[in-house]
Amino acid sequence: MNDRTPSGAGWFESVDPGNVEGAATGIRDGSAAAPRDWPVQAVEAGFADGEDDYYDRLREATLAATAAAVEEAERADDRQLAHAVRAMDDCERTANELAERVAEWAGTLFDDAGTGVEYARTLAESDPDGPTERRVVDLARRVASLADERDELRTFVQQQASVVAPNLAAMAGPVLSARLIALAGGLGSLAKMPSGTVQVLGAEDALFAHLRGQASSPKHGIIYTHEYVRNTAPDQRGSASRALAGKLTIAARVDHYSGERKPELDDELDDRIASIRSRGGDE
Amino acid sequence: MSRPDGVARRTIDGAERLATRGAPVYGEPTDGEWRLWDARRSKLGAMFENGMETGLSDGDAVLYLGAASGTTVSHVADFAGPTYAVEFAARPVRDLLDVARDRERLFPLLKDARKPETYAHVVENELDAIVQDVATRGQARVAAENRRFLADDGRLIAAVKARSEDVTRDPDSVFDSVLSELEETYELLETERLEPFHDDHLAVVARPR
Ligand SMILES: C[S@@+](CC[C@H](N)C(=O)[O-])C[C@H]1O[C@@H](n2cnc3c(N)ncnc32)[C@H](O)[C@@H]1O
Repeated sequence: MNDRTPSGAGWFESVDPGNVEGAATGIRDGSAAAPRDWPVQAVEAGFADGEDDYYDRLREATLAATAAAVEEAERADDRQLAHAVRAMDDCERTANELAERVAEWAGTLFDDAGTGVEYARTLAESDPDGPTERRVVDLARRVASLADERDELRTFVQQQASVVAPNLAAMAGPVLSARLIALAGGLGSLAKMPSGTVQVLGAEDALFAHLRGQASSPKHGIIYTHEYVRNTAPDQRGSASRALAGKLTIAARVDHYSGERKPELDDELDDRIASIRSRGGDE
Repeated sequence: MSRPDGVARRTIDGAERLATRGAPVYGEPTDGEWRLWDARRSKLGAMFENGMETGLSDGDAVLYLGAASGTTVSHVADFAGPTYAVEFAARPVRDLLDVARDRERLFPLLKDARKPETYAHVVENELDAIVQDVATRGQARVAAENRRFLADDGRLIAAVKARSEDVTRDPDSVFDSVLSELEETYELLETERLEPFHDDHLAVVARPR
């Protein structure tokens, strides 16, 4: 409901007949407990000249309202996914950093002190003795809860990625999909990138070094974490990451423009990688 | 069985098939201005194909719940009058918008069919028919909630999907519970399984109590 449309009134209430944007807002934000004979009411209210005119205006308003609502819904979803995967990485990094501090500190207090997030989890369960120990154990508890939050975020990313980008998520896995979307600045931007750019997404530092003439051109960015690049023999990796980037780009385009799941895309990638791996030497 | 004049049997690709007149939507074959209505891709198409009495006529005012990308509702809008298409998933609605742009009286709405108050300020009352294909849990409740849009002599034409209610239960027992819940608000006129076109779907034609 917006402040102009009283609940229970028709979508055209207090909308000027020529104002499509206002009409679209009325469609999106209005509400009513019960339907009424809106075509007749709109004509009586002077909003439309007759039934045909009313339906023409309704058509224009519903098309505008629904197009805007779709765009908003989709924009929202891929942005949320990008935030979630970044937050997941932040939690991971911070948990590890604090776990190191905990290990160093605990090492001065306890004989059986260990290292890492797992040790922090164990320490978090113990009863501190005195104010110093209380501080260390409390810090260990923060580490444990950050690690829990990272796990929750990962679960969320895993669920959302296949909603936002079903084909990309099937091919790249949910977490890598989310990272690609985050690096590209959205699913729409990813879908518009040439596959050569997707191939080196996340390797911007190496790419700029190369452009300054200080390094060879990077063969892969974040897609290196994909099993199809990592577990392919080094001399075939260039071909594998080119092939993977090509298919991921197609998947992102299908996800952005149609949203329909196309399992045959995964099969094509599987076949392509199998043939690269069975071949000796790079192209 | 009666059929709207706008739904014809035509010989298309060598076989007699259902067809409506309108802009093609999903790559279906055409014969002049008629385009094939593929019963395998449409539960309402399968109901016509199986000879069910839907009560639909040319020019009817229709509320379509669960429009998805518009495959079936495009055929409905071809023969009906004002057709309101409700779908709550944003992705398929992108295609539904294209279908609606090609039709004069098809109104797309990105709304949740479980919340009729969010579109009762747009959809008119006294409708001739509700076509429901939401394939989600609580299909009987969706029908009951949307009863408010139907004229007293209007029709509910629903495709009930057993697996959407409960994948573990036997479809027949799922249908029994959905039907008994439906009977609180509707009087059942005809029910029929949609085999061979759609597995484990029950088609229901009903009128408000
Ligand atoms: C089987 S598909 C419909 C296919 C479509 N009727 C056709 O034949 O072209 C079911 C659709 O119902 C939609 N749906 C499920 N629950 C819904 C709800 N509560 N409100 C609106 N749409 C819903 C789903 O998103 C899905 O697109």
